[in-house]
Amino acid sequence: MSAQLINLMASLMLLIAFAMLAQRRIRSLIYLFAWQGAVLAVNSVIVAWYTGHGELYLSAFFTVLLKVIALPLVLHYLIRKLDIQWDVETLINIPTTMLAGIVLVVFAFNLALPISQLAGTITRGTLGIAIAVVLLAFLMMITRRKAVPQVIGFLAMENGLFFAATSATYGMPMVVELGILLDVMVGILILGIFFFQVREAFDSLDLKHMEKLKESGE
Amino acid sequence: MLTSFASFLSQLAQTLLVVLVAPLMLGWVSQCRAWLQNRSGPGLLQPYRVLFKLFDKDALMAHNASAIFRGAPYIQFGCMVLAASVVPIIETNLLFAPAADVIALVGVFALARVFSALAAMDAGTSFGSFGARREMLVASLSEPALLMVFFTPLLIVQSSSLNVIVDTLAHREFALYPSLAFAAVAFIMVLLAENARIPIDNPATHLELTMIHEALILEYSGRHLALIEWANAIKFTTYCTIGIALFMPWGIAQAGAWQMLPAAVAVLIVKLCAIGAGLALMETVSAKMRIFRAPEFLGMAYMLAALGMLTLLLLGA
Repeated sequence: MSAQLINLMASLMLLIAFAMLAQRRIRSLIYLFAWQGAVLAVNSVIVAWYTGHGELYLSAFFTVLLKVIALPLVLHYLIRKLDIQWDVETLINIPTTMLAGIVLVVFAFNLALPISQLAGTITRGTLGIAIAVVLLAFLMMITRRKAVPQVIGFLAMENGLFFAATSATYGMPMVVELGILLDVMVGILILGIFFFQVREAFDSLDLKHMEKLKESGE
Repeated sequence: MLTSFASFLSQLAQTLLVVLVAPLMLGWVSQCRAWLQNRSGPGLLQPYRVLFKLFDKDALMAHNASAIFRGAPYIQFGCMVLAASVVPIIETNLLFAPAADVIALVGVFALARVFSALAAMDAGTSFGSFGARREMLVASLSEPALLMVFFTPLLIVQSSSLNVIVDTLAHREFALYPSLAFAAVAFIMVLLAENARIPIDNPATHLELTMIHEALILEYSGRHLALIEWANAIKFTTYCTIGIALFMPWGIAQAGAWQMLPAAVAVLIVKLCAIGAGLALMETVSAKMRIFRAPEFLGMAYMLAALGMLTLLLLGA
């Protein structure tokens, strides 16, 4: 039964990753990110309950605190301050992005297959999904040109890594995990300040303006 | 001999049930929609009244209409009755079951669609051919999605016959299948698109620029129109029963289990009512999307179905 629940959570992770890829609105993107964190936390709790690894409860608690509550609140505050709650445009159209996503999922599953066969954990089947979530978040960062969705893609990638750690080895050592969480928190704070600077300098959060930096004017 | 007679009876009863109940199902959905929108609604039997009225009227034909135009309603009706006959709804002992598995079922729907598009273009009006083009645009995207949806239960059961799928899925121990959940969501999206329901097409519209299904049948009248409307009702009900057979087959009796039949009928009625109410709710809270958003919607359905199959292959569940 726990194995089935873990599989269900893994499928939800994959579904949310695809939903983020297809989502045009920044606000909904932040809600999806919060949901992904929640699924991640529930997954950690299930794995902890099944394997008896006590520190996974702690990591689930930190996940809820940071990724379901704190980071979405910060992001909401940011987009309200920046006044960017409208549509995000995507570089290539959404069905094409979806197809690219499916190809990535097939690639990730193939990549994970030999590793999962070696592993003896209950969560071994979900490693492919974890890699797929990382790659999909990466694809999202590539296809978006606005700054805030790119940062959300970065955070989703971190979620995928976290999920991969849980499914491959029942989670990273606590010190590493806490360090990563702190890094993410600080990273978001710095990027938040960075957003305002970018807008100050270019009058827009569109990152294509930053490609023309070199030797402009001369 | 006795068993084949029994399966003949069961076949006859199930086909007749779907064919006769189909307009009632449409009536139920529109009644639920009326309730949700605070209207009193036309009543459950309105589709039957429309059919009677249309059968009573004279059928008018365009002067330059060919045999395709005349024959298409009968072909569509025949295809839908065949499709309705291969889906087990009460009992899995069906005589026609070897005639078509789920993949051939997609072909049967496609055949009906091809003839409806040909007939629409036959009269030579601009609305007819533009309706046919739009119908084909939607169909070319929903058909692969429908096939992908079928592959997931097909891989779980290792058979493409609906009878075997229902027998196996209905009588196994309970297990969570995330892949089936993906496929079910994709199936609902395909169902909405294929039956000209709200996010893709508005069945109640008479605004020419937005309609798909209505544009196809603009030239028809009298008994031809009645047959087409009836065929569409059967198609809708058959889609609902396919959904039941694949994703919630509990309660469908096994072959020869006669004592289970009353319970199976009751369960079927409850499921159909629930599906109708759910669809009405979905249509009330969502708006029709622009036609150029349709590829995105159906691309999503295809993606979900493909994801279901991939998770099945990776997780084995």
